[in-house]
Amino acid sequence: MKKIFTISVMSLFIFASAFAGDDGELNLSKKSKPVKDCFEPINRVTFAVNMGLDKIIFKPVAKGYRVLPSPVRAGVSNALDNLSSLVTIPNNILQGEIKKAGVNTGRFAVNTTIGVLGIFDVAEMIGFPEYEKEDYGQTLGTFGIGPGCYLVLPVIGPSTVRDTAGSFMNIMGGDPWYNASMNGNNEYLSESTYFASRVLGGIDFRAKNIDSLENLEKNSMDLYASFRSLYLQDRQQKILNSKATTETMDDGDWEEIDSQ
Amino acid sequence: MKKIFTFVVLILISFNFNNKAFSIEADVFVQSTVNRAAKTLGGGLTKVERIEKLKEIAKDTVDITGIGFYSLGKHRKNLSKEQLENYKIVFEAYFLKSFSSRLAEYSNPEIEVNSKNIINANYTIVSSTLVATDSRPEVKIEWRVYTKDPDNLLIRDLIIEGLSLARTQKEEFSSIINSNDGKIEALLKNLSDFSAK
Repeated sequence: MKKIFTISVMSLFIFASAFAGDDGELNLSKKSKPVKDCFEPINRVTFAVNMGLDKIIFKPVAKGYRVLPSPVRAGVSNALDNLSSLVTIPNNILQGEIKKAGVNTGRFAVNTTIGVLGIFDVAEMIGFPEYEKEDYGQTLGTFGIGPGCYLVLPVIGPSTVRDTAGSFMNIMGGDPWYNASMNGNNEYLSESTYFASRVLGGIDFRAKNIDSLENLEKNSMDLYASFRSLYLQDRQQKILNSKATTETMDDGDWEEIDSQ
Repeated sequence: MKKIFTFVVLILISFNFNNKAFSIEADVFVQSTVNRAAKTLGGGLTKVERIEKLKEIAKDTVDITGIGFYSLGKHRKNLSKEQLENYKIVFEAYFLKSFSSRLAEYSNPEIEVNSKNIINANYTIVSSTLVATDSRPEVKIEWRVYTKDPDNLLIRDLIIEGLSLARTQKEEFSSIINSNDGKIEALLKNLSDFSAK
């Protein structure tokens, strides 16, 4: 029953996001189109609550985490990346990137075994290409599904209708780590293992971004708008799998400005 | 007659020579700007002195007016000449304060310039890396350099790990204007308040 409900909610999300702000056009443009902030008043309230939580919980914890020796933090980060490849690999396949799926499978095998559960990134040391995470939101994006409205989720933070729908796929069987922890019949993994890994991932991310977020908070006149812009730019770039800045940016506005 | 001709040729040659002497490549320009900033940040100055030096560097190397106009986006076209002039002044003060206080926190950042990509006659993207330290990972930084005048290259945008600071600022400004019924005065007040902080 729970599964049927989740499937229904997700289908609704995907359906809505395919058409919201997209005029029915499913082609993914390389240049950005504005994403609608349909729920801005609610989003702003959620954002304020999240920032409050960040101030009293996440930031102090992340600061404490940063005191740990650098090799320990690197090990945690590597292990979390290794787990994330369990979601990346099926998404590589769904996006038709079979070669990348093969490389990431090799990376996972090497790092899980020789790299001691992913703590050491042995794959990188022996010359595997740089690891790029993929998720179901990105895959939906490559299928031509538009982002839909911008959302701010409680605790989790910025998202879009499409990316939220993508996250549902993780708990519907799309994340082997979730399946093994929550539904697996073994004595080593449990729900708490899964949630611990998610919380640790959040702390690791927050710790890596302490300085830049502090800087942003200090220098932003509308922090909500800055976060929205940064999130949407980041997602656009990841969906296009592009490292070339010029591919994801519209130069039109720059060309109009002649200051010399 | 011959003397006049020689004189004219000499002037022409020296003019051309000067032109060549002062135009530098975008990547060399970025590296020298980075070196100037690094010298300021690692030079044992007080925070106030550092901020003043960084403001000087920004005035020399950043297209503040261009970034200001870009940040206004579509609202730029609705402003009168007087409003634009006023905006230019307020924006410059805001930009210099924001730029210098962002950078003043860093001590001796090490940036390596890696490559450049000439997009067209007006723009070159220079790629660089902020070298990792114990407290932060390696960061990729790209510089959008305005090359229309080869003798006066100017930075128009910083793209950090693919995220454009100019675009973020543009969307922030747009949000402020839109949430105040499209009034530019609200943005001007916000900019002035920020500079006065």
